[in-house]
Amino acid sequence: MSLLLELFLTFAKIGLFTFGGGYAMISLIDYTCVEEKKWITHDEMMDVTVIAESTPGPIAINCATFVGYRQKGLIGAAVSTFGMVLPSFCIIFVISQFLDHFLEIAWVAHAFLGIKAAVGILILDAALKMMKKMKKKPLSLAILGCSVLAMLLINIFALKVSSITLLLAAGVVSLALFFVREKAGKAGAGA
Amino acid sequence: MIYWDLFIGFLKVGMSAFGGAYAAIPLIRDVVLSYGWIEDEMLTYMIAVSESTPGPIMVNLATYVGSSQGGFWGAVLATTAVTLPAFVIVLLIMVALKHMLKNRGVQAVLQGLKPCVIGIIFATGLHMILRNCVGSLAAASADLTMILITLGLGAVYFGSRKVLKKGISPIGLIGISAVVGILVYGVK
Repeated sequence: MSLLLELFLTFAKIGLFTFGGGYAMISLIDYTCVEEKKWITHDEMMDVTVIAESTPGPIAINCATFVGYRQKGLIGAAVSTFGMVLPSFCIIFVISQFLDHFLEIAWVAHAFLGIKAAVGILILDAALKMMKKMKKKPLSLAILGCSVLAMLLINIFALKVSSITLLLAAGVVSLALFFVREKAGKAGAGA
Repeated sequence: MIYWDLFIGFLKVGMSAFGGAYAAIPLIRDVVLSYGWIEDEMLTYMIAVSESTPGPIMVNLATYVGSSQGGFWGAVLATTAVTLPAFVIVLLIMVALKHMLKNRGVQAVLQGLKPCVIGIIFATGLHMILRNCVGSLAAASADLTMILITLGLGAVYFGSRKVLKKGISPIGLIGISAVVGILVYGVK
């Protein structure tokens, strides 16, 4: 079997069988690509995870691109990423054709009223889990507090401010303080 | 043009979603609501569907929104746009920028982004619950049934971690909430 086909099928399988998004996928990718196929090493898998966490976009895509590129260059990366996306694309495309009609059935609509409550809890829980893992420095806590407040106000008053603006502001503030500290450090060392 | 809007809209999401799927939800909400593509309610339902079907949640949401606005090609464009930045960035890092991530300035920016992402996700979840239970600012009214369902589900979800080793999974909670919805609103 050609390597490209194997990359495609392997990532299609991972894309088809992992529920629950990125972090669930990392464990399956680790199992398949490191232990089973030996396409990348444990250390490289750690690198991917760090890269995935510090760059934007779906974590699964970052991993597929990394492994594919390692094995077969640009084409390998493209084929792996395509394989990763294809199963869920097909499933969601089919669902999107039916969801509106589906919701007209009374008991389905009732079920989704309950689900509406669950989604809020799941999102809140995702944030709480991240908070637990976050390093609690004063600057981080201040940014956290400010962005919770700002985002709540934006939502409640339906303000036309994108959350990307908040991200930009946080990045700029953090970088500015970094430079201030660097400068203060140098001035201190010079004196 | 809708295809162009879909592509640019989801390219922005793909470029700004630091921290995985849940970080993308507020961004996708921004884009979808500002263009008036689908309603908040429908997006909430779709988050649950994306959580219960395989594949990255961000990609699933892009496929759905794209398909609902621009059919098959809309779905293809939105999905491509949301995955493209991650694809390109990883390639760039592998080919040329391996050391950039270790740069202290870059690290400082990332250190600032993380708590902001967490804050945005937290506020989005909290606002969703508030809106379900007491309505929006324009149409405020307490919905007692919804408040009780939310409290009950929250108690079961967080309480299960004390009893079971791993607690109930997200898909498990969605399943339970669907049954609760059918029972409560069906009898009403």
